[in-house]
Amino acid sequence: MPNLKDLKNRIASVKSTRKITKAMQMVAAAKLRRAQDAAEMARPYTERFNAVMGALAASVGDSDTAPRLLSGTGKDDVHLLVVLTAERGLCGGFNANIAKLAKQKATELKGKGKTVKILTVGKKGREAMKRDFGNLSVGHIDLSDVKRIGYADAQGIAKDILGRFDADEFDVATIFYAKFVNVVSQTPTAQQIIPATFDAPEEGDATANMLYDYEPDEEAILADLLPRGVATQIFAALLENGASEQGARMSAMDNATRNAGEMIDKLTIEYNRSRQAVITNELIEIISGAEAL
Amino acid sequence: MAETMQFDLVSPERSLMSAQVKSVQIPGADGDMTAMPNHAPLITTLRPGVLKVETDKGIEEFVVTGGFAELGESLSVLAERAVPRADVDQATYEAMVDEAQAAYNKTKETFKNDTGPVDDAAKLLADMVAVGTHIGLSPKQPSL
Repeated sequence: MPNLKDLKNRIASVKSTRKITKAMQMVAAAKLRRAQDAAEMARPYTERFNAVMGALAASVGDSDTAPRLLSGTGKDDVHLLVVLTAERGLCGGFNANIAKLAKQKATELKGKGKTVKILTVGKKGREAMKRDFGNLSVGHIDLSDVKRIGYADAQGIAKDILGRFDADEFDVATIFYAKFVNVVSQTPTAQQIIPATFDAPEEGDATANMLYDYEPDEEAILADLLPRGVATQIFAALLENGASEQGARMSAMDNATRNAGEMIDKLTIEYNRSRQAVITNELIEIISGAEAL
Repeated sequence: MAETMQFDLVSPERSLMSAQVKSVQIPGADGDMTAMPNHAPLITTLRPGVLKVETDKGIEEFVVTGGFAELGESLSVLAERAVPRADVDQATYEAMVDEAQAAYNKTKETFKNDTGPVDDAAKLLADMVAVGTHIGLSPKQPSL
């Protein structure tokens, strides 16, 4: 039986752990609200953008002169996997889930004989990918100094990726991030960004039947918008990721707080029992001592 | 009362304005244009410039750095960056010009033998500089 002093110390240490996890949970909850707001505010832009791009892409279609960002390089030998994760841990399975999906994809592509290159954004993703695919990494973008994700950050990442595309370093790019469903569930998602894919406008949709004038011409607009589309998609993914990270951290810390509470209860019972045992022991000693006289 | 149309000005980070408007003057890539209700459907890219929105309550102005506008039954301007004109002071403006200057320098470096992209970047820079004159700030001289 552990002695009383040890038990007391353990209870104290679990209590302070609970305080920390509780505080982290509350911080995550506050940040989650902010991250959700940010994602909410960015939504109109992304929606309008995709609608316009969908219409444009459909009208330019598969013509030979379509920009490479839309039609692709004509090959799919080299794949670039862009893994977007958090800079910090302690958020449950958030980082691990994204990394797992990316690893699955990497293994699958390698099995098919394709070349895989990996670009990581966020420290945790780099650490996770380094273990199995360290030799495939072509770069890492650090966002640890960024307090609030802005469009400029997404543009920076997009510029990096587009630079590599122009240099013919890869044929297909896919981003990996976690889509925010709700606080307890975030779905790791893979999304192809190059060549760009847009949902074709639905039949009967007002924009679908509209015949637009283009100024300058369609292809000039597409050439201008496609790089922006890459940045927009990355920005949306980063925001989703931000909300997911805080959501995951919140529920992870909620669990941790609850577990700490249970542990404290258990330890307290044990502490009381052993204290009682010590007292009983002492009583027996006193009584048997008195009887011996 | 004049006819109005729905107008939305959104940047990637937030939605800046959503209102019924009488007309909007758009700094299009090929020249300024004024969009009024029942305009023919149009998609145009923007150059850096001033977006002038006329509502029932008066005129609102925004400085935009680029993006595009989609004009259908309603007008949506998707700006890369949009700032209400009143919020643009000399420092903000100079930062914007510096950004364009940096982009121009980089393009010049990357495409040494190709004048196309360099000219485009130079135009962008010149447009950015012109915005300063337009809104009454002392224009910053670019180095081309």
